[in-house]
Amino acid sequence: MMKIPYYPGCTLNTVAKGLDTSARESAAALGFEMEELKGWNCCGAAFPLTPDNLIGLTAPAKVLLNAKKEGGGSVMTLCSVCYNVLKRTNRVLRDDKEKRSIVTGFIEEDYDGSIDVIHYLEVLRDRVGFEKIKEAVKRPLKGIRAGAYYGCMLLRPFKEMGIDDHEAPTIMEGLLRALGCEAVDFPDKAECCGAHLAMTRTDIVERLSGNVMRSAAGRGAELIVTSCPLCQYNLEKSQKKTLEETPGYREVPVVYFTQLLGLALGQDEDTLGLGKNLWDIRPLLKSKGV
Amino acid sequence: MNIKLVKEDIESALIRQLERISGEDVKKCYQCGNCSAGCPVAYAMDVPPAQMIRFLQLGRGGEAFGAGSMWLCVGCLQCYSRCPKNVSAASLFEALRQMRLRSGGGHEEVREIPLPFLKGAPQQALVCGFRKLVG
Repeated sequence: MMKIPYYPGCTLNTVAKGLDTSARESAAALGFEMEELKGWNCCGAAFPLTPDNLIGLTAPAKVLLNAKKEGGGSVMTLCSVCYNVLKRTNRVLRDDKEKRSIVTGFIEEDYDGSIDVIHYLEVLRDRVGFEKIKEAVKRPLKGIRAGAYYGCMLLRPFKEMGIDDHEAPTIMEGLLRALGCEAVDFPDKAECCGAHLAMTRTDIVERLSGNVMRSAAGRGAELIVTSCPLCQYNLEKSQKKTLEETPGYREVPVVYFTQLLGLALGQDEDTLGLGKNLWDIRPLLKSKGV
Repeated sequence: MNIKLVKEDIESALIRQLERISGEDVKKCYQCGNCSAGCPVAYAMDVPPAQMIRFLQLGRGGEAFGAGSMWLCVGCLQCYSRCPKNVSAASLFEALRQMRLRSGGGHEEVREIPLPFLKGAPQQALVCGFRKLVG
């Protein structure tokens, strides 16, 4: 079985456990094993946006260094933010010798940016293939109209992330169709949810996340999938307000794409972590006869 | 608003320092406004991205530093991805934040963050929020 080194990151060990467990089980069913790094630390949760802030690169540099020492040529993430931070840091260390010498000086060990940072979605698309996933589906999610919400970190900046088109990505829609869903396109699928402003400015998060949900629901989405724990949290949390403020709006559950994948592959509810979601997906499944 | 253009202001050390930290050249911007149009939080900013860059171009560093916009920029990079001149307003906001945080001025106090949020939020929100907003 193909083994892929895996970096879970902080949130997947706690709040977003379902994203982790459903992904691991799905991997096993699709013929690869996620081998968690033995040594890892927080990635820092934000790539420094100024070239001046090199100290912000030390935490992700340590993660990358450990991944290389453990012998893998690549490291895979599930969280969009981890993916963004690790991939961008890796590129700096690979392409900028001066910065590399400063950052590796801080962590007191050299690392040259030589491993690849990949996202679980890329493994599904490029190594497993959506066709093979379609064949592995045990419980087709027929008749479910699902919207893929990408947010920011998975896609931008496009030149560095390169996972998909940054204005009109389709990688998650490809997966949704393989699972039997009807993929619903909606205008705000790559707009921001409000991110860390959840800490102090819930009014802004409610407005931004509300816009995303209304945009998806307006196109007929009955379900949203995402790959980022913070997006999931913001969209879920804000929905109460969205319901209050929007006449005719009906609740839309927000799940991780791996929860939907696991569901279609026949996983049980504990592995999927469905009980932790604020808005229950089960009534929708029941109404569709899934 | 009448703005008197003063060479010393346009070439001020403050603005040069901001450009050095951010890695951006504010003169590249030709004010198309794509950044402000795409910015999801521009509606809540006192000085939206394009205007902030314009102030810097005109040597009005005080307006950029005095605005609260830097604390609202989420770093989603919509501005940068849509800029025809490859200017990152997000990097300029981050540089403004860094300069404020480095001089000892935080924006949020940890003790003022609501307890339910600290208990229930994804860790990444806290780590990211602390790094961007707390001195």
